[in-house]
Amino acid sequence: MESSNVRRFNKQAAYYMWAGVFFLLVFAVLLGIYYSTKQIDYVWGWSRIPQYFMYDEMVETRSEIGGTVDSVLVHGQKAVIRIKGKGEEGSYTVPARSIRVSEGDMIFVGDVLEAHKERQWGLLLVGLWITLKVSVIAVILGILLGILTGLARISSNPVLKWSSITYIELIRGSPLLVQIFIWYFVLGTLINKLLEKNGFEFLIPGLWFGIAALACFAGAYVAEIVRAGIQSIHRGQTEAARSLGMTYVQCMGYVILPQAMRRILPPLAGQFISLIKDSSLLGAIAIRELTKATREGVSSSFMTFELWFVCAILYLVLTFSLSMILQYVERRI
Amino acid sequence: MIDVRNIYKTFFVPHEVRALVDVSNKIEAGEVVVVIGPSGSGKSTLLRCLNRLETAETGHIYIDGIDILNSKTDINKIRAEVGMVFQSFNLFPHKTVLNNVTLAQRIVRKRRKEEAAERAMKLLDKVGIQDKANAYPDQLSGGQQQRVAIARALAMDPKIMLFDEPTSALDPEMIGEVLDAMKTLAKEGMTMVVVTHEMGFAREVADRVIFMDHGAIVEQGTPEHFFTEPSHERTKLFLSQIL
Ligand SMILES: Nc1ncnc2c1ncn2[C@@H]1O[C@H](COP(=O)(O)OP(=O)(O)OP(=O)(O)O)[C@@H](O)[C@H]1O
Ligand SMILES: [Mg+2]
Repeated sequence: MESSNVRRFNKQAAYYMWAGVFFLLVFAVLLGIYYSTKQIDYVWGWSRIPQYFMYDEMVETRSEIGGTVDSVLVHGQKAVIRIKGKGEEGSYTVPARSIRVSEGDMIFVGDVLEAHKERQWGLLLVGLWITLKVSVIAVILGILLGILTGLARISSNPVLKWSSITYIELIRGSPLLVQIFIWYFVLGTLINKLLEKNGFEFLIPGLWFGIAALACFAGAYVAEIVRAGIQSIHRGQTEAARSLGMTYVQCMGYVILPQAMRRILPPLAGQFISLIKDSSLLGAIAIRELTKATREGVSSSFMTFELWFVCAILYLVLTFSLSMILQYVERRI
Repeated sequence: MIDVRNIYKTFFVPHEVRALVDVSNKIEAGEVVVVIGPSGSGKSTLLRCLNRLETAETGHIYIDGIDILNSKTDINKIRAEVGMVFQSFNLFPHKTVLNNVTLAQRIVRKRRKEEAAERAMKLLDKVGIQDKANAYPDQLSGGQQQRVAIARALAMDPKIMLFDEPTSALDPEMIGEVLDAMKTLAKEGMTMVVVTHEMGFAREVADRVIFMDHGAIVEQGTPEHFFTEPSHERTKLFLSQIL
């Protein structure tokens, strides 16, 4: 009795000791990095990082004519400044709070009439937004494509079956970067040239070819996940549903897919996390997603270490939120 | 009601098995037919051909005069008229008992929600489990699950009920409750085809017993004939093994 208590205490103590070792290790690694950067005289500039999230931009209104300020009429938040010059007149509507002139002032061309600060999204947040947008659209298209291909894959119709196998094998057998280039440089050029030739005014922006590449890539993997999920549902379920007179579509929609979803979701979550990370390749076709934005930031500021760390953390925030959301969905169904 | 004419069924995977060989039979409305036979004799295959879960290769099957092997026949319409109960229940595990019974009513029979629920509760009451309406299948005993499966099939108001060894997966103490539900159904005049090893049930309820072996019907007759004076050697051998 006593000896088992002692052992349990020892176990607890050992547990906390090893936990302590873990945190010590993390601390040591961070310290090591910091120390090494000191050795090469790297100047840390964390204080300049916030501007990559948000910054204040000066917005000024300048006079285009010379003369005197005839009147400043305030209407609530806005004000109208009227300027009379020789033979010409100007009127400017500006925010009332930050006016720099008053009635009767002499004005030269280019003088500042009003100036205020405006909040702007910083480079990294703009990049993050593109990454988020591209990923969300590609995930939705990827799911649709994946479900359809997965169903075609288990169909007995040779057209559906062989098409889906060809698609899956083509996608899985080549690097994503190559596929992105093919979408952008080959299919993109082809489609836009054809549009142009047939008299269409608009061209499809490169962003959409990037999204298409990601969606097709994810679709092939989702298809295999969907197929495995469906095949893991016992055949008796289909037989029961069909014996009640349900059509194939009804059977899939009401009986098989809802059950398969539970088994599909965990591997699907992994696939979508990969997709978010893979979107970093889109920088190669001039889409300013998070990685490309970080690169631009680095080349203009030389804050290499800080920006790449922040970039990695932002990806982590995205992938972690996604896995949280999917875990929540998984618990709900 | 059911008219089976010279059907054949061969499976090629994993190896060639002649599951049905020239099977013919006529089953009248209101008749209760029990099919018996050794394992692998083709009983399930015959039953599954009757609602085209398996497709017979040659021959004809008429249900209520409609040729179900004709590709122009809307098989879903036929299946709604032919209820089936499986050995392994096959309830929908993600739906409550009530929703198991209402699902097909709503999407196949296009009944309104309240109408379907009312019909479902009546049938659950009939098989003695209305108090479990909001439970999920895995919270029920095997016997209760099979009775839900019967209610689910009956909810479509079928003209024919097929049972494939409905009690084989059950613990002995639960067999009785399922057989009782089937007996009630038989008394009400339902046309039934039952594959079972429950000879007591066959003796008591069947109008006719069919003995199958190696994919063919070897012998058929009334239960009295069958259990007192079977004419074929193979029937005698089979009965001596199981009785
Ligand atoms: N889907 C299938 N694929 C291949 N062979 C099959 C298939 N279904 C049945 N068989 C074979 O057909 C033969 C008849 O099978 P069936 O299930 O009809 O027999 P059964 O009389 O119902 O037997 P049991 O009493 O064991 O259920 C068996 O030899 C079986 O192995
Ligand atoms: Mg069988």
